[in-house]
Amino acid sequence: METLRYVVSRFLQSLFALLCIITITFFLARLAPGGPFLDEKAVPEHLIEQMKRNYGFDKPLPVQYGLYLGRLVQGDLGPSLGNKGFTVNEVIAEGFPVSFMLGISGLIIALLIGVPVGVVAAAKRNTAVDYSLMAFTMLGICLPTFVIAPLLGEIFGLKLGWFDVALWENSSAWFLGAVTLGLYYSAYIARLTRGSMLDVLSQDFIRTARAKGVAPVKVLFKHAFRGGITPVVAYLGPALAGLIGGSFVVETVFGLPGLGQHFIKAATNRDYWLINGTVTVFAVLILVMNFLVDVLQGWLDPRTRSNK
Amino acid sequence: MPRSLPQPARQGSLSDPTLFSLRLFLVASLAFSLPACRKESKVDIATREKILLLGNGGEPKALDPHIVSSVGDSNILRSTFEGLVTYHPENDMLHEPGVAERWEANADFSEWRFFLRENAKWSNGDPVTAHDFVYSFNRILHPKMAAPYASMLYFLKNGEAFNKSKIGDFALVGAKAVNDFELLCSLERPAPFFPDVVKHTTWLPVHRGNIEKFGAMTDSYTDWQKPGNQISNGAFMLTDWRINAQIKVRRNPHYWDAANVKPNGINFYPLDNNFTEEKAFRNGLIHYTYTTPENLIEDYKAQENTPLRIETYNGSYFYRCNVTQAPTDNADFRRALAYSVNQEVIVKYVTRGGQQPAYAFTPPSEDGYDPPDVIHFDAEKARAYLKKAGYASGADVPEFTIILNTSEAHKSIAVAIQDMWKKTLGIKNVKIENQEWKVFQQTVLDVKYDVARAGWIGDYVDPTTFLGMWVTNDSNNNTGWSNPDYDRLLRESALLSDPAQRYAKLAEAETILLDDLPVLPLYWYTRVYLLHPDVKNWNPLLLDNHPYKHIDLQSSKAAVSVKEGAN
Repeated sequence: METLRYVVSRFLQSLFALLCIITITFFLARLAPGGPFLDEKAVPEHLIEQMKRNYGFDKPLPVQYGLYLGRLVQGDLGPSLGNKGFTVNEVIAEGFPVSFMLGISGLIIALLIGVPVGVVAAAKRNTAVDYSLMAFTMLGICLPTFVIAPLLGEIFGLKLGWFDVALWENSSAWFLGAVTLGLYYSAYIARLTRGSMLDVLSQDFIRTARAKGVAPVKVLFKHAFRGGITPVVAYLGPALAGLIGGSFVVETVFGLPGLGQHFIKAATNRDYWLINGTVTVFAVLILVMNFLVDVLQGWLDPRTRSNK
Repeated sequence: MPRSLPQPARQGSLSDPTLFSLRLFLVASLAFSLPACRKESKVDIATREKILLLGNGGEPKALDPHIVSSVGDSNILRSTFEGLVTYHPENDMLHEPGVAERWEANADFSEWRFFLRENAKWSNGDPVTAHDFVYSFNRILHPKMAAPYASMLYFLKNGEAFNKSKIGDFALVGAKAVNDFELLCSLERPAPFFPDVVKHTTWLPVHRGNIEKFGAMTDSYTDWQKPGNQISNGAFMLTDWRINAQIKVRRNPHYWDAANVKPNGINFYPLDNNFTEEKAFRNGLIHYTYTTPENLIEDYKAQENTPLRIETYNGSYFYRCNVTQAPTDNADFRRALAYSVNQEVIVKYVTRGGQQPAYAFTPPSEDGYDPPDVIHFDAEKARAYLKKAGYASGADVPEFTIILNTSEAHKSIAVAIQDMWKKTLGIKNVKIENQEWKVFQQTVLDVKYDVARAGWIGDYVDPTTFLGMWVTNDSNNNTGWSNPDYDRLLRESALLSDPAQRYAKLAEAETILLDDLPVLPLYWYTRVYLLHPDVKNWNPLLLDNHPYKHIDLQSSKAAVSVKEGAN
């Protein structure tokens, strides 16, 4: 069956990509200067050597790589070097739900703002409303999250007192984090929606509907909206992956225990297994999302299947 | 082509705005309802419940006293474990009895007897004995353990030899349990300040049964550190640890002095962004910030009843010079560099946290060591030294580089110094290069730099914690500098029991250091932080190691001055 072959081939491609990512990450992390056992106050050489032995870093790199892959297929990501006493599995199991919640909430906010803005801008094409909305979204894309996030904290946390500005436990700070992420992605979604809505609105069946005297609002929502929103649906997968993986700034500003912080800190700490672990998780996430989108699109549009 | 856009069933639900608004409404109402029903801030509630909420820098690397090295990590351990001697709540020069009720030394301070209180208990009710300490010293010194800070126990006779696998029998190391409650420490060389040393985290005891329930003695990453597993002997015990979120400790009912422990517990928050931490403080989420952003210091200073505290800290900020290669191999050149830096300007306009210009390397301590007063900005002297170094003008100096680990604060200081060298000496070819933290550490360790930024926080009050590192080939020297007279003076100082004589000998050594200048002293640290007025009995301490059991929480009528203009 054509579809099944397409799905299987895409799946194998994803698997190959994952293996490449894991391999490159493993060796790149080891090539970086410095190491996990360096400290501000010098650690004597004989102790560093022993630490390397304790963690198996004294073996040749290809051997370590083989052992790592062996553990990986069993689902063991190894011990964290920067969070002693925790395995990488534990670290990720604690951080992922936080990032996931931030990402999902951010995505909902992004859609709630982005889609209506895009639809309105498309309906009012080339008017002052359109221009000001689009200028606004441009601002949203340009303003980095490390500017938006502290501003939201300052205004909604400290001035208005609606939210806590930091911490995780019994704290509402995560919501400001989700809003920060949502605002950023809403700008993209608004522009995406506007563009595809304009595309649809310029097509023959819309003109026919209008000519038949269908009310403009009905044309917009009944006839154009469903078609206009399709690219946004395709964008949801990568967007969610990006939201979950890209929350480092938001986590830092609001003191949230998500995965984004580990992603960055693992690299600066040379926490080898945590680097590999977080990269693998994000890679899987992105590959799964892309795979789903590809399969979905292939199903929606047979043309994508034929040119593989 | 409208037909190429089919509408799958699921898409309808995804794009259904009513469903989304319903979900957002739920999410929003949940979030909004929290602050609405909160009448008092988290800090107010915590004060009432006597739970101390502390910002604590970053996430700890571990909660095993034999693994950690950072100040933040040891803050937590100081609440859960208790050593032989502990920190005095008011003065770091004084000792508080910990597990040891009293202690005595022999005539030349090379043998110390600690008499342990018989009512000291672990959090599971077991008694704390001298054997626990011997076991712990064995653990941290064991070569297989590879404890990064094991060198703190090189004070013990044969400690270093055992750690470096030169001897294999721990019985030869100078730590003996004379009986259950008497511990005898024989030292490698006399140390009159030994009680100061044993206050350090590395000397804390661990529970043998607890360690070995989860692995071998020398395993450094087992589950024993986790809440519910960890048995400790301090005023508090670990009850919650969520990475990057919080660490909670609560009263240890078996603690020998439980009746006098003031707080019911402490929450440590690993807020490593100082702006976030400051906001959390203004928001009433924490009692204490670990740091304060430099650019807010002036605003806080201007406030009435300011929560800002600026206190002397036992640390020195300096630049290392590589003495093995030109141009910094020339002592006169290094002197020119040192005397052309106006430290006053740096602390007043760059760091702004009340830091003290460092006229020597070791920070002075009240009723303790006073370092020789040598380094002061002197343009004439600096230029004279430059001539003496063989440079007719600064333009002749070959290009060299200051390296620093990436940080705005370090960079601002380096830029100021670069400018001072240019103005005073006319040196134009000074580059500044920042390196990522681990790369930087490796570069310094390999002595592959010209000038490198550095900071050093003393582990205990004695000046040897600063001066010891400049001994030939010390693992923290990293400059290539070596001076036999300096090494000899340090060795001789260890044999002197009289503090005044010993300090004089050390000052003599420091004079050599300040003459040869393998390091350019810049300033002495201060601790700059915000403290809520509810926190009582939190006193300025040179080492900043607050014994938490004495800290009380009482609601103060005067709220923290949260002024509009604070940011």
